[in-house]
Amino acid sequence: MKQKHWRALQQAYMVLIFSFLYVPIAVMAVFSFNESKSRSVFTGFTLNWYKSLFTNSMILDALALSVAIALISALISTVVGTMAAVGISGMGRKPRLLINNLSYLPIVNPEIITGVSLMLLFVAYRGFAAWANAHMGADLVPQNIFGLPTLLIAHISFSVPYVIFNVSPKLRQLDVRMYEAALDLGCNPTQAFFKVVMPELMPAILSAFLICITYSIDDFIISYFTCGNLQTLPIAIYSMTRKKVSPEINALSTIIFLVILAIILFTNHMDSRKYRRDQQRG
Amino acid sequence: MVQKKSLAAPYLVWMAAFIIAPLIIVVYFALTDSAGNFTLDNLMTIGRYSTVFARSLILAAVATAICLVLAFPVGYFLSRLRTSKQHIMQMLVMLPMWMNFLLRTYAWMSLLEKNGIINRILGLVGLGPFEMINTSGAVVLGMVYNYLPYMILPLYTAMTKIDQSVVEAAQDLGAGMGKILTRVLIPLSVPGIATGITMVFVPAVSTFIISRMLGGGSNLLIGDLIELQFLGNSYNYNLGSAMSLVLMVIVLLCMSFTSSFDEEDMEGVV
Amino acid sequence: MKKRLVSLAAVLLCAVLAALPAFAVAGDTVPAGPDLQVSADYDWNRFRGQNVTLYVYNWGLYISDGSDDSIDVVKGFEDLTGIKVNYTTFDTNESLYAKMKSGAANYDVIVPSDYMIGKMIGEDMLEPLDFSNIPNIEKIGAAYKNLEYDLDNAYSVPYTWGVVGIVYNKTMVQEPPTSWDALWDIEYAGNVLMFNNSRDAFAIAAKKLGMSLNPTSTEQVQAIAEELKAQKSVVQAYVMDEIFDKMTGGEAAMAPYYAGDAIVMMEDNPDLDFVIPEEGTNYFVDAMCIPKGAKNKEAAEMFINYMCETEVGAANCDFIGYSTPITNVWETLDDDLKYSPIAYPSEEVLANTEVFISLPDEINSAMDMAWSDMKSYDEAGSGWMVPVMLLLALALIVFNVWRKLHRRQRSDLY
Repeated sequence: MKQKHWRALQQAYMVLIFSFLYVPIAVMAVFSFNESKSRSVFTGFTLNWYKSLFTNSMILDALALSVAIALISALISTVVGTMAAVGISGMGRKPRLLINNLSYLPIVNPEIITGVSLMLLFVAYRGFAAWANAHMGADLVPQNIFGLPTLLIAHISFSVPYVIFNVSPKLRQLDVRMYEAALDLGCNPTQAFFKVVMPELMPAILSAFLICITYSIDDFIISYFTCGNLQTLPIAIYSMTRKKVSPEINALSTIIFLVILAIILFTNHMDSRKYRRDQQRG
Repeated sequence: MVQKKSLAAPYLVWMAAFIIAPLIIVVYFALTDSAGNFTLDNLMTIGRYSTVFARSLILAAVATAICLVLAFPVGYFLSRLRTSKQHIMQMLVMLPMWMNFLLRTYAWMSLLEKNGIINRILGLVGLGPFEMINTSGAVVLGMVYNYLPYMILPLYTAMTKIDQSVVEAAQDLGAGMGKILTRVLIPLSVPGIATGITMVFVPAVSTFIISRMLGGGSNLLIGDLIELQFLGNSYNYNLGSAMSLVLMVIVLLCMSFTSSFDEEDMEGVV
Repeated sequence: MKKRLVSLAAVLLCAVLAALPAFAVAGDTVPAGPDLQVSADYDWNRFRGQNVTLYVYNWGLYISDGSDDSIDVVKGFEDLTGIKVNYTTFDTNESLYAKMKSGAANYDVIVPSDYMIGKMIGEDMLEPLDFSNIPNIEKIGAAYKNLEYDLDNAYSVPYTWGVVGIVYNKTMVQEPPTSWDALWDIEYAGNVLMFNNSRDAFAIAAKKLGMSLNPTSTEQVQAIAEELKAQKSVVQAYVMDEIFDKMTGGEAAMAPYYAGDAIVMMEDNPDLDFVIPEEGTNYFVDAMCIPKGAKNKEAAEMFINYMCETEVGAANCDFIGYSTPITNVWETLDDDLKYSPIAYPSEEVLANTEVFISLPDEINSAMDMAWSDMKSYDEAGSGWMVPVMLLLALALIVFNVWRKLHRRQRSDLY
């Protein structure tokens, strides 16, 4: 009997917490279909906000920019990060610890500090470029870097450590003997790496790539300080929440939520299939 | 194996240029005036804003404590579920986290407003209206909502390592609920608690959007102050850098404190 | 056969004759997008196909943007000229200045207010305009040219003007406010919104005290700051652009805001009304400028010229509600906007207004300091917070040290 009460209590608590997490999202979804602009009274059903969302060039441009930056920065970060992880694994304990601790900086540092410090760096670079150009009497050093270059640099900077910390543990689990066996069987080190090590690392690299993409698309604070005259999606959202807020923003969040839900369900499905297959095989 | 090490070179260069150099520049700006001369004035000026720093720390600490209390049972219950179910529930905890936090905070704005949904529902039963938005309570709520998953996940990870038989053994030995909690569950989940606290406290203490959207601009936090110096009304890089430096020190202090509880090897926490 | 030819010629002639008047009209204007006609007497096409992108930085909701069935003015410009416009928004003059000054962004067209233009000219941040590319400067009313902030009118082309007043919700106030005092009225505690920007907020408090909104000494700044501190307990939130949404949504009883927006807000929510307080207020002109180092100066001038086109200006006025400096535009407006005492106040109201001038650095920084102080100042909790924090930090450190020692002892034992 007591056990039963305990169970009920437990379930009630979980329901409470999950509704706390989901009620705001549900509210946004419901009001994305609201006919009037009111954010608290539901007056009737409409799909107009979705329609106008897809003709809103500001949002579409911002989305395109966000996706482009996410893809490029994730790609570069994954390559640089994987290389770094392999390189670090070949180092001694002392330098490895030092590099790992330094790599933690962007992860533990408050985002606002990362943003501000990068902005200061770029501003300082501008000053330097202006000085250098004046000195040489020609515009040899690019000066106006704010915009795409700064956004990319910033996003890569906060993404690479995540790649390293995702790939490194996999590298440690790796069986060195496999690599050595490949060498013995006549592979050169490069071949051995790509034929033996890479396939083992692939899942970790892929998940690192996905993590980079999600962090990049979601980032507001660091982009806010480094975006120059461009507008990523979160920055566009921020400017939308300021004046004359349109329910398009609800429609946008509903779509984002559904896309993420779909991705998660899909990966979950793949995982469980793989799990079952492994089970059968094992 | 020599050439293997050189693979890390691009990253090391990158790290020096875009992780370490910017921080050095922050320190430089913090210790100079606008003409570039050495000064401690910026750091001294911060004393004037001690209330803001105190407010940020207190609000963030309160939010972290609430997160911990709310998340602890969730982590425990999750870790006791069947493995297949655990996976789904874990996804459900993470899902709101992937939503843009501006949108989530904005949703709370429409819930908490004077004519917002909560007040309208309460109005139906004849209660209210309550003034919820633009208070420090609303800021704490925003922090708790945004960062709760960051607390649940490490707690859950730590608790999956607690064997159910340990709990049962304690029960068999006559330990009550309270005893199990204080003698078994809490001590065994200390690494999770430590990680969770940093993961909630650090973003909470440095936020500037939550306070702006839910706090009505009169609950100024450190993040707001810093933003004001760089892209806002004040435009004072030197003071802004000094504030960032102090914030960084606070965060590092907090980190060193919690990481001393974290018995695990630092490598591969993420 | 001959007859046929003649009739054919006649038909042709008729066609040509019929086309002539149409041609004459078309000679005056060319279409910019589906809804706008602009002067054909200008080479709009010289950048077509050159992949030019123009970066425009304007106030939030300060252009007819196509939402709510309005005319999309920016889209019209893109169709007309083939230039791509990247349009982003800011919410205070000061944040615009911060972004420009640091070089953290390059824009081609910006729209600061009067005093900020003066400051930017003083700091050599603006590019002198080439008015041969902006023939529409002719259309700007004489009253809006050569103002104090830009005496020779070399750097700026006025976009809109207006005054600041109080927007209030008729259902939430006992009697309509007439003075800035209302924003300090304890009766409306928690129901007042206030500008979240030092210059605007100081102006209101200064006017309330009967002072000039351009303080001349740090003592004056202090006195005004005290007034703002006293207001803090009444204020629900310090906001800028958010005032628009919050007032329309009935979240507060009153707020200071710009006349132009007030007109749009009153359309959205008929409970709202607007008053220009009797103590006088701030009169502002927002003007289009080109920052130093703009990449596409000539295209930027084309954009500025386009914005001064009669139909474009009318579309903007219609949507944003602000007052136009262009007489032609004013003439085309609907009567209710044309003769609105809010958008176009009477001479005597305007006589009682004051323009911001750019202040000396010393006053500016005093104002800034006082503003941050005011914002951080907390009547309830400033006294005890700091010592409590210090104690907490101390306890934390002591505990940590104790733990470390304790642990070492333990490990010594084993």
